[in-house]
Amino acid sequence: MGYEPQVDFGTPEVQSETVVTLTVDGRVVTVPTGTSVMRAAALTGGSIPKLCATDNVQAFGSCRLCLVEVDGMRGTPASCTTPAAEGMVVHTQTPRLAKLRKGVMELYISDHPLDCLTCSANNDCELQDTAAQVGLRDVRYGYAGENHLGLEADTSNPYFDFDPSKCIACSRCVRACDEVQGTFALTIDGRGFASKVRRPATSLIGASSGRPWPSVTVSYATDVTPLRSRPLVCSGSGAR
Amino acid sequence: MTLIRISDDALALACGADAVAAAFAAAGCTVERVSSWGLHWLEPLVEVGGIGYGPMAPDDVSAVLAGTSTKSIGMIAEHPFIARQQRLTFARAGKTRPLSLDDYSATGGWAGLTRARSLSPDQVIAEVTQSGLRGRGGAGFPAGIKWKTVADAAASHKYVVCNADEGDSGTFADRMLMEGDPYHLIEGMTIAAYAVGASQGYIYVRSEYPHAITKLNQAIVLSADIIAPFRIEVRVGAGAYVCGEETSLLNSIEGKRGEVRAKPPLPAHQGLFGQPTVINNVLTLAAVPHILLEGGAAHYDSHGVARSKGTMPIQLTGNIKSGGLFETAFGITLHELIYDIGGGTASGRPVKAVQVGGPLGAYIHPDRFDLPFCYEEYAGVDALVGHGGIVVFDDTADMGRLARFAMQFCAAESCGKCTPCRIGSTRGVELIDRIRSSPRGADSVELLPQMHNARKAGRSREEDIALLEDLCETLKFGSLCALGGFTPYPVLSALKHWPEDFT
Repeated sequence: MGYEPQVDFGTPEVQSETVVTLTVDGRVVTVPTGTSVMRAAALTGGSIPKLCATDNVQAFGSCRLCLVEVDGMRGTPASCTTPAAEGMVVHTQTPRLAKLRKGVMELYISDHPLDCLTCSANNDCELQDTAAQVGLRDVRYGYAGENHLGLEADTSNPYFDFDPSKCIACSRCVRACDEVQGTFALTIDGRGFASKVRRPATSLIGASSGRPWPSVTVSYATDVTPLRSRPLVCSGSGAR
Repeated sequence: MTLIRISDDALALACGADAVAAAFAAAGCTVERVSSWGLHWLEPLVEVGGIGYGPMAPDDVSAVLAGTSTKSIGMIAEHPFIARQQRLTFARAGKTRPLSLDDYSATGGWAGLTRARSLSPDQVIAEVTQSGLRGRGGAGFPAGIKWKTVADAAASHKYVVCNADEGDSGTFADRMLMEGDPYHLIEGMTIAAYAVGASQGYIYVRSEYPHAITKLNQAIVLSADIIAPFRIEVRVGAGAYVCGEETSLLNSIEGKRGEVRAKPPLPAHQGLFGQPTVINNVLTLAAVPHILLEGGAAHYDSHGVARSKGTMPIQLTGNIKSGGLFETAFGITLHELIYDIGGGTASGRPVKAVQVGGPLGAYIHPDRFDLPFCYEEYAGVDALVGHGGIVVFDDTADMGRLARFAMQFCAAESCGKCTPCRIGSTRGVELIDRIRSSPRGADSVELLPQMHNARKAGRSREEDIALLEDLCETLKFGSLCALGGFTPYPVLSALKHWPEDFT
């Protein structure tokens, strides 16, 4: 049995008694009030690049790939955190957006291992797919800058490994622990470039107790993917 | 017995005010510790019968008392630096004992609150809107509209939060106000609470302001009955610049990681603990008591230019001869501020650049010193009014190094949530280093034969500068908050006006 990827609408479904109608890339779509622009676009069959958004946790707005242009709105708002509004005219594919998205992806790849072909997430990796989607062909920063490539993988959990060099700090696993499992088992430690997913020192299931990683991510992993494969929750192939 | 007035503001203390005060006390004088006038180059400044002496040392005491001191600056209130100002928010600066309720009441304190309470909340908001007051933290959002949004939100709990995480370089107005006139801030917050229907307020103060924290805590206790049923508590930051960003600040008060939240939802709809929240800067809230006086809104609105109404407490600092607090109506030029008021550089060398609006503000070239101090005019040239801090640099400044510092600052202070700021700031530092050293050849990874798609030829300086500009575009339009979003301002302004400093 093969792995059948499901459509990910980016942000959770919203229940509302009212609806709004908007235009996304010329397609008219009606969605419940409170639905994100990203989900509305996905419902019309469009695909806005994204890495931190997934429809089983709330919008977070950290990866900055899902930027869109909205007529009458300043700048380039993130489609995951922008609610659809009546009469809104959204453009998801413009030269300006293409450049910004490529610029963000260029930053990601300037700090990521390049051995995709031998990675367990090969061909099942949102980072890889998105790099292709935005058309990244050159990392002008080069590969000699500060990076996380030397960090060691944590193999203490029997069900999956965590490789911080591949983590893109999207916080999906942190948010899944919070919103889906209710365990608050993970957090982001440090700030800025040093931000890193880890078990809080005082967590009930944390490192301080000597116990392994929490099962939260594993439940995602084992739902549809075999052990030692990449959990669905991870977009950057840091957990596998 | 001679009455001597000396400030107990942190800056005066750092300059030795306590020793001077002790020397006057030892000489048999009555010493009153008051707020600071904001004449920073004269601290410790001593006032005797309205006449100022400074900067004072304990050895100068006998000469002052004998009337032979050469450090007299004449009547302080008539000193050009003070006389030229239009002090509405800092009307009490230098004149009152910070924690004295008697001094506060005697100088018009609580009059704005008393009048506000005689009006309906809607009327209070209408007056704040009419005054043209905009957020003084930097964003310049109309305060009245923000208050109305919170007032209109239906919720059982609402909050008023004061952003006193004054972290911008070259700023000290919030600190001076909290240390010198804490009841004024408390009064402004109480008016806001009345207008929007909030019962609880928080003042989020940076930990680097221990004197302000002490004063605020004392003032809150002493004024508790006056502001009841509203209550205020102080929350102390933990040293992160990004916690001055409003959503990050709210997370920090909630005890969470000081990470920026995506907007919407706006804090006015879902702010502190998910409840509708007014979050304003110290100077915004401190402008409110004056506005709520009879005719205050129209008076406030009569100051300033275009859509930048009222006064701004401008902070003159850096390499400047006469630095300090200069509150004035919007519209003043940098030329007036730096030369006429500030007296040029302290070093005596020519001015090369000024940075306005904190570490994320643009470097302004002397060619543009005619620019009126105003939100729109500054935005028009990719500059920021920000929190009104002005840092002066002389011709020894290396603008390439300062551009690098902007990226380094962003890297050090990034919360790490969004990609452009988290990775881009670090790449920015590396890139500026590369531009300033020599054109780079392909790196060891790019040269590997299996890196078939990587470019093997070196990158020219022009290509790296184009990349820096692209990175700035990614930061400006891609970042989640103003930390990453505004870092391009100092970088690109330095690159534009002083390209020779990037070689």
